[in-house]
Amino acid sequence: MSRVLEVENLRVSFPAEGGHRVHAVDGVSFTLDRGEMLALVGESGCGKSLTSLALLRLVPGPGRIDPGGAIRLGDIDVLHLEGEPLRRIRGKRIGMIFQDPMTSLNPVFTVGDQISEGVRAHLPVSKREARDRALHLLQEVGIPDPVARLDAYPHQLSGGMRQRVMIAIALSAEPEILVADEPTTALDVTVQAQILEVLDRLRASHGMAVLLITHDLGIVAGRADRVAVMYAGQIVEEAPTPALFARPSHPYTQGLFASVPRLHGPVERLKPIGGSVPPPSAWPSGCRFRPRCPKAFDKCGAMPPLLPLEPAHRMRCWLAETERS
Amino acid sequence: MNPLLAAVRTAIRDPRGRAGLAFLAILALLTLVAPIFLPDPAAQPDPLGASNLPPSLMHLFGTDALSRDVLSRVVWGARVSLAIALLAVALSISLGALVGIAAGYFGGAVDSALMRLVDGALAVPRLFLLLLVLAVWEQIPVAMLVLFIGVTGWFGTSRLVRAEVLRIREESYVRAAEALGAPRRRIIFRHLLPNALGPLLVAATLGVGDVILVEAGLSFLGLGVQPPTPSWGGMILDAKSVLVTAPWNAIFPGLAILGTVIAANLFGDALRDAVDPRGA
Amino acid sequence: MTLLQVRDLVKHYQSGGLFRPSGPPVRAVDGVSFELAPAETLALVGESGCGKSSVGRTILRLQEPTSGTAVFEGVDLFALDRPALRRTRRRMQIIFQDPYSSLNPRMTVGSAVAEGIEIHRLARGAEVGRRVTALLEEVGLDPGYAARYPHEFSGGQRQRIGIARALAVEPAFIVCDEPVSALDVSVQAQVLNLLADLQRDRGLSYLFIAHDLAVVRQLAHRIAVMYLGRIVEQGTADAVLRRPRHPYTVALLSAVPEPDPGRRRTRIVLTGDVPSPSAPPPGCPFHPRCWHPRRDERCSRERPLLRPVGGTSAACHYAEDTPLPEGVGEAGGTSTASIP
Repeated sequence: MSRVLEVENLRVSFPAEGGHRVHAVDGVSFTLDRGEMLALVGESGCGKSLTSLALLRLVPGPGRIDPGGAIRLGDIDVLHLEGEPLRRIRGKRIGMIFQDPMTSLNPVFTVGDQISEGVRAHLPVSKREARDRALHLLQEVGIPDPVARLDAYPHQLSGGMRQRVMIAIALSAEPEILVADEPTTALDVTVQAQILEVLDRLRASHGMAVLLITHDLGIVAGRADRVAVMYAGQIVEEAPTPALFARPSHPYTQGLFASVPRLHGPVERLKPIGGSVPPPSAWPSGCRFRPRCPKAFDKCGAMPPLLPLEPAHRMRCWLAETERS
Repeated sequence: MNPLLAAVRTAIRDPRGRAGLAFLAILALLTLVAPIFLPDPAAQPDPLGASNLPPSLMHLFGTDALSRDVLSRVVWGARVSLAIALLAVALSISLGALVGIAAGYFGGAVDSALMRLVDGALAVPRLFLLLLVLAVWEQIPVAMLVLFIGVTGWFGTSRLVRAEVLRIREESYVRAAEALGAPRRRIIFRHLLPNALGPLLVAATLGVGDVILVEAGLSFLGLGVQPPTPSWGGMILDAKSVLVTAPWNAIFPGLAILGTVIAANLFGDALRDAVDPRGA
Repeated sequence: MTLLQVRDLVKHYQSGGLFRPSGPPVRAVDGVSFELAPAETLALVGESGCGKSSVGRTILRLQEPTSGTAVFEGVDLFALDRPALRRTRRRMQIIFQDPYSSLNPRMTVGSAVAEGIEIHRLARGAEVGRRVTALLEEVGLDPGYAARYPHEFSGGQRQRIGIARALAVEPAFIVCDEPVSALDVSVQAQVLNLLADLQRDRGLSYLFIAHDLAVVRQLAHRIAVMYLGRIVEQGTADAVLRRPRHPYTVALLSAVPEPDPGRRRTRIVLTGDVPSPSAPPPGCPFHPRCWHPRRDERCSRERPLLRPVGGTSAACHYAEDTPLPEGVGEAGGTSTASIP
């Protein structure tokens, strides 16, 4: 069975002024297969980070996951788990790494201790064995001089190293799925390349599936198998990577592509998307991109569902009905 | 809306803040209208048999040994205690802010010198220092009392302000002001001070409760506010001899102190929560 | 006519203090020289710790330099006394990376923009308000925003307010310290276009500090690449991006993620981390991580100087033979500010 994750109609809501709730994540569905990398792309406020947190039931504070959705790992629905069974999923079946390695590691414990802690949380091994495994993991993520590094504290390592340590911790229980929330945004470009390389190697060697959250289309182009573009809490376009880049179809996706500066091709004036991302309280009824869409027409007053364009390529836009190939 | 005003508004919406502020507002109102309704307790005491009466409809809080209405004494005492508290705190805050800004902004030797001074001063217990001064200076005028209490209470505030200034100094908007050519004075008064006001305001509010207790304690020891000027601490001192027979003499000023300090602390807490998460 | 001429700029930070032992100095800027012409953008590119931000701040004397000279409009900036420096500040301004800390939260937008006007007494009374209105419109904001506070605005809007504030004193030169790094993609594009328009309309010069070469390409006429406090390659944007000569520049170019899956490109992945600026390697600072096939022991002994090689200047002993991996370079281009 190669399908490892099935997310169906995920909704995360927050209380808003006036008593009702807003859905920062509003009916997101996607799947993930073994060894596959799916990129969830969008700008701030689109709900991509919340989606990733929801997978591990880590949605903060007054936010909550609304009933009516499902997060299936095999035949277990994560949304129906509580207590110990839920804790066992975290780390063991789904691992997570975050954007800022500086604050995600505990400054008063050594790197070795933190990785071992991850190991022993899920595998019944002794301290000695956990430490050996930690060493092995450090090697796997490509940290030079791993023996010395085991006893180092986070502040003694650079940003790139810390991020590798985070990956090592996330890998400690050999999860099937790794959720990476903007793992390279805080890193330099050359270090970024190193980290992405590590993720690729691990996918190949462990068959690990990766959900990559990012705003950077460039990272997506080189590595992800499939892409889902998010806007205002919804997926607005999804496709295999080559198809998305060859034929970006949703007007928002097209707008994103037109606003990204390129390293190749003629230097042209960028064409940013007019206006700005509306907060949930200001979402229009019907298509949420409508106020900023250069191609809007009357039907857009009704919320479009995800409509097919080509095999495996769908978009949330009424234009799909006319543009289908 | 100005973020500081918004923080105060948030603090008022907080139930703690509302309760605290309400109490203080009512108290303040009472002290202002007191002279109209209540007899001046420093006026002729009526020695004829109206002394130490328990609370009744005519005297809601009873009377004391000199036949004075306890309620009016509590309210008049509030004028004194609140005035002392507000003035002393204003003095402490100003001194603390001055030193804190100087230390934080100028840094280097100035900072080191000032902070060592503060460290030394903090090592001396405030009450002891006050007791020392006041034991020597009997019949101290209220203005001098305010001065001494204020001058012994600024040390912690200076550290607070210094920490804020150090943080704010690194913010890009201060750099931008420097890049625009802003003179030092402008940077201090337009950029540093307004943004350090949050914690300062909280310290001031909590300080009021503190000073009320200090002043009450000193007056209770006979060292603070001198009779016939009424004060809560003084009232409790007078009530010592009749504590068992006429407890209302001590209970009501005691409750007044308790209420005021709690109210100040409640509002201060609400204000701190409002200022803190909002950050700068 | 050169607007700004910087020679051998050095900025070292001394660690330790009155009560702590001092360690080796952090050599944030270790000998940087360049020139800037009117209405030109020089991009200063490099990764964290390379000293690019320090260069900008030191030139503006927001930090005092350790040594070197900076001559701006014929005036030696580092020799100015305080009053003269204040007057000169009108001509050179800065915009910052973090839109959330670059505006005083207790000041209204209008007051923030007007600050420079007030400091230099450029206008009084109602005229101040008129200028603020004009500036807000110029950066694409509703003049009605002047009465509001910064926390009501998004990152992109705050950056525009910061730009309006800098423009208020009518500068000739603006240091743009990573002005778009913290912004979303479409907002980034709006601000970049604004900067290009302002350069064209006002003849502004920019020292554009950034780490993203694709962003830089939109505005830069010339590019200088920094590594560990020094410029390792310099030239026109076209030359540097088309045919880089320094191995670090090549690695940087190959690492920039590109939204083009079809493009074949060999990635040069550098090993190890950037060394600490307080302990730069001997000889060529890049040699421990250098991938150049001709790297040898000379590189660990002798520090290479910037010299013209091909179309650019590069600080590498073997710059003539720097290979150009597949898909890297051939980018070229000129700033959009030149395009009407």
